[in-house]
Amino acid sequence: MSTQLRGSILPKWFAAALAMLSIGAALLIENTTNVSGIGGTTALAVVLYLVLQTAWSFTVEGRRHAVDRLFATLIYSSFVAAALPLATLIWQVVHKGIAQFNANFLSHSMRSVSPSKPGGGIYHALLGTLEQVGIATLIAVPIGILTAIYLVEYSRGGRLGKWISFFVDVMTGVPSIVAGLFIYTAFILTFGMERSGFAASLSLTILMMPVIVRATEEMLKIVPADLREASLALGIPQWKTILRIVLPTAIGGIITGVMLSVARVAGETAPLLLTTFLSQSINSNPFAGPQAAIPTFIWDQISSATPASLDRAWAGALTLILLIMIFYGTAKLIARYYAPKA
Amino acid sequence: MNQGLSDPRSSISGSAVRRGDQIFRLITVGSGILILALMTSIGIFLTWKAIPSFSHNSSNFFTESKWFPDQSTPIFGIAALAFGTFVAALIAMILAVPTGIGTALFITYYAPKKIAGAMAFFIDLLAAVPSIIFGLWGLQFLMPHMQGVAAWLDRYLGFIPIFQNRSDLYTKSLLIAGVVLAIMILPTISAISREVFNQVPRNHVEAALALGATRWEMVRMAVLPFGRPGIISASMLGLGRALGETIAVALILSAVFEVNIHISEPGGNTFAANIALKWNEAGPNGLSALIASGLVLFLITLAVNSIARGIIARRKDFSGA
Amino acid sequence: MAKRIDVNNLNAYYGTFRAVADVSLTIEPRSVTAFIGPSGCGKSTVLRSLNRMHEVIPGARIEGSVALDGEDIYGDGVDPVNVRRTIGMVFQRPNPFPTMSIQENVLAGIKLDSGRKSKDELSEIVERSLRGANLWNEVKDRLDRPGAGLSGGQQQRLCIARAIAVQPDVLLMDEPCSALDPISTIAIEDLIHELKNEYTIVIVTHNMQQAARVSSSTAFFNLAATGEPGRLVEINPTDQVFSAPREKATEDYISGRFG
Repeated sequence: MSTQLRGSILPKWFAAALAMLSIGAALLIENTTNVSGIGGTTALAVVLYLVLQTAWSFTVEGRRHAVDRLFATLIYSSFVAAALPLATLIWQVVHKGIAQFNANFLSHSMRSVSPSKPGGGIYHALLGTLEQVGIATLIAVPIGILTAIYLVEYSRGGRLGKWISFFVDVMTGVPSIVAGLFIYTAFILTFGMERSGFAASLSLTILMMPVIVRATEEMLKIVPADLREASLALGIPQWKTILRIVLPTAIGGIITGVMLSVARVAGETAPLLLTTFLSQSINSNPFAGPQAAIPTFIWDQISSATPASLDRAWAGALTLILLIMIFYGTAKLIARYYAPKA
Repeated sequence: MNQGLSDPRSSISGSAVRRGDQIFRLITVGSGILILALMTSIGIFLTWKAIPSFSHNSSNFFTESKWFPDQSTPIFGIAALAFGTFVAALIAMILAVPTGIGTALFITYYAPKKIAGAMAFFIDLLAAVPSIIFGLWGLQFLMPHMQGVAAWLDRYLGFIPIFQNRSDLYTKSLLIAGVVLAIMILPTISAISREVFNQVPRNHVEAALALGATRWEMVRMAVLPFGRPGIISASMLGLGRALGETIAVALILSAVFEVNIHISEPGGNTFAANIALKWNEAGPNGLSALIASGLVLFLITLAVNSIARGIIARRKDFSGA
Repeated sequence: MAKRIDVNNLNAYYGTFRAVADVSLTIEPRSVTAFIGPSGCGKSTVLRSLNRMHEVIPGARIEGSVALDGEDIYGDGVDPVNVRRTIGMVFQRPNPFPTMSIQENVLAGIKLDSGRKSKDELSEIVERSLRGANLWNEVKDRLDRPGAGLSGGQQQRLCIARAIAVQPDVLLMDEPCSALDPISTIAIEDLIHELKNEYTIVIVTHNMQQAARVSSSTAFFNLAATGEPGRLVEINPTDQVFSAPREKATEDYISGRFG
């Protein structure tokens, strides 16, 4: 009976040893046959590892431990499989983007630069993106926050509130190109507005609003009810209570949510393609004429498909990533600044 | 409608206070109604502007795969678009759902607690990468690296028609688009699954372990059954995103209007990519036809997202009880 | 079946915090041993060390040895999965698996075993375990209904049935009645009386009357101050602990002067 507790367990070095063995065998097979490339070898090594481990563990440790090890390996590999694309993507954007990324790139437009020649820059697109996203934020933030206030402070599960809530949820899943289509059909086809940076802003507004409503709602919900009651008990009217007590308490989280929505729409391409024309020149007026943006700049450079324009596309991608990181970083800082001091 | 705290007070307080409350309340209701109106008008405007193309179409909109809406006798339909959209999304789901669940399990139950937070942050970063950059990366980096895989599938699994490649070209295919989509929807699936896995009651996990379950048996006994509704709605939300993704797919596919089951051959097209690619060259009827295809996409994603939200909402009721 | 447990110089840690210091005690087979003491004295931690459940908390570990009939459960080559199979556990809050029926809950541990069992064998195990947990008559007509639909006391007996279905040698109970009403508590206590004929039972309880009612030996744990590790003050036959405790601290605690 005393052997009951003792399982035959494979030693700790087993996994490392088997991994070496698998890689060695994979390299050997690669040399003798024509499975090629680092991807092929890696895949082969992983499959070998899984098969050997399962077989070995099954004979020594039994079925249950073999299955346990098999799934542990699969779960670890799924994380690697998820992280690998991101790692290569970051590496590629930095590695290929840095070639063209300089002060000249940031301070010049593409005006009279031939697509096949190096040079030119992203200034006109950076300006366009900042203006378009800025206008979108100015429109989306008040509507989004006020809607969230209605949902949390006034509606309290009323029928209208439920409908708004449902549509806001569904709206978060609307493809961005549909937002572009909507602005095009409603404002350009129906009301005769021209394609412009402002039309692009409106399509971004559609994408931002649900994110802001949701983020604000979450933040307002966690404001303690006693705070509201304390203020109301002092005879302060409800609207002043909301504006002076509730909103300031939640403001850190709300601003963070706004920044995250800004970061999300700053990289949107599809709606801009429908609502504004591409431009190679600086246009600081979002209400008239074609206006560039960073995502459409990248799109344009990829479409030109010359070595010089692809370099510019990667530099544009690096610019866009940096811009988004600035938005995220700001969001983090704001969140930390307003975080409850405990 | 408002049984809020202002009512009992209104009889005592001055009318100025009451007016302030009423005005503010009206402003917030107005914002809410504006959002509601915007959302419902998406469907209305798209339908309205799509209708003209239907009357000019000399073919069946749903079964035709050609796309010549600006000819003197317009012929166009969404068969090829629908096929490409669903195949690309299906490939994405097959790859991303198990990987996303695996990643979520890794972060919640397998990784050392100290690094799990950093790992979760790393995966969430994927969600912050704009689709244009995924497209650029897919075109310039992934596509050359995927050729070997596609060729291997053709060579050893080519007897299955979908893996067969008759062209010796392995680029610009639905397969590659599907892989890029998988990477793009993975953070969505992983983040929501992670959230539900974290909510699995500690005492269920311990009950399983105390019965002598291995770690995987514990996951199967306590974690996965509890997380199933969350996994399903996470997958549906991922599916919604995959169906509607535009730019990355538009950059990768070489748009072709035919139904081709050989997924590693160049070709394929999706609703969203087609709109982006054809928009600036379309005439009046062409625009209307594109809007019609956009309406179909809108309705499909609406249905998928509503189902996902419905499952989440039901789950909220359940755990609240 | 029932086995003896020897704890030798047990120290239990959560990260760098030592929660339990230098515990040595012996638990006799076919007896009920109660662990009592104030909150934070480490009695639950000691209990969870007895079937290696302590280490499933991230950062938790132990030093010292715990032997089951002379075999160290922390020894080299010992599989924690086998340890937990041999030493079953019942928790403070009833925790039947919510997605499983009553029958599936009872069989949850059995299903892990290699080798298929016939339908008859399985239903026999279900009946034996539920009878063993005094639950059979109440649920025999609704075995395929969800286990979560039972009352709190029934759920706890279902968890006991689930634990004894795999025929362990020892049964650990971590405050099994603290979430239950008085009638359910009596049902569980009656059950413990019957179970001790077959199993070695260790029960952690906050309730001193309960310790006096169900146990044959009682171990009193205490801690000098918050932040200090818990220690074993004494372990003796229950009558003696409650009538003539050896230590002053035990007497103070039992007579309600603190804790």
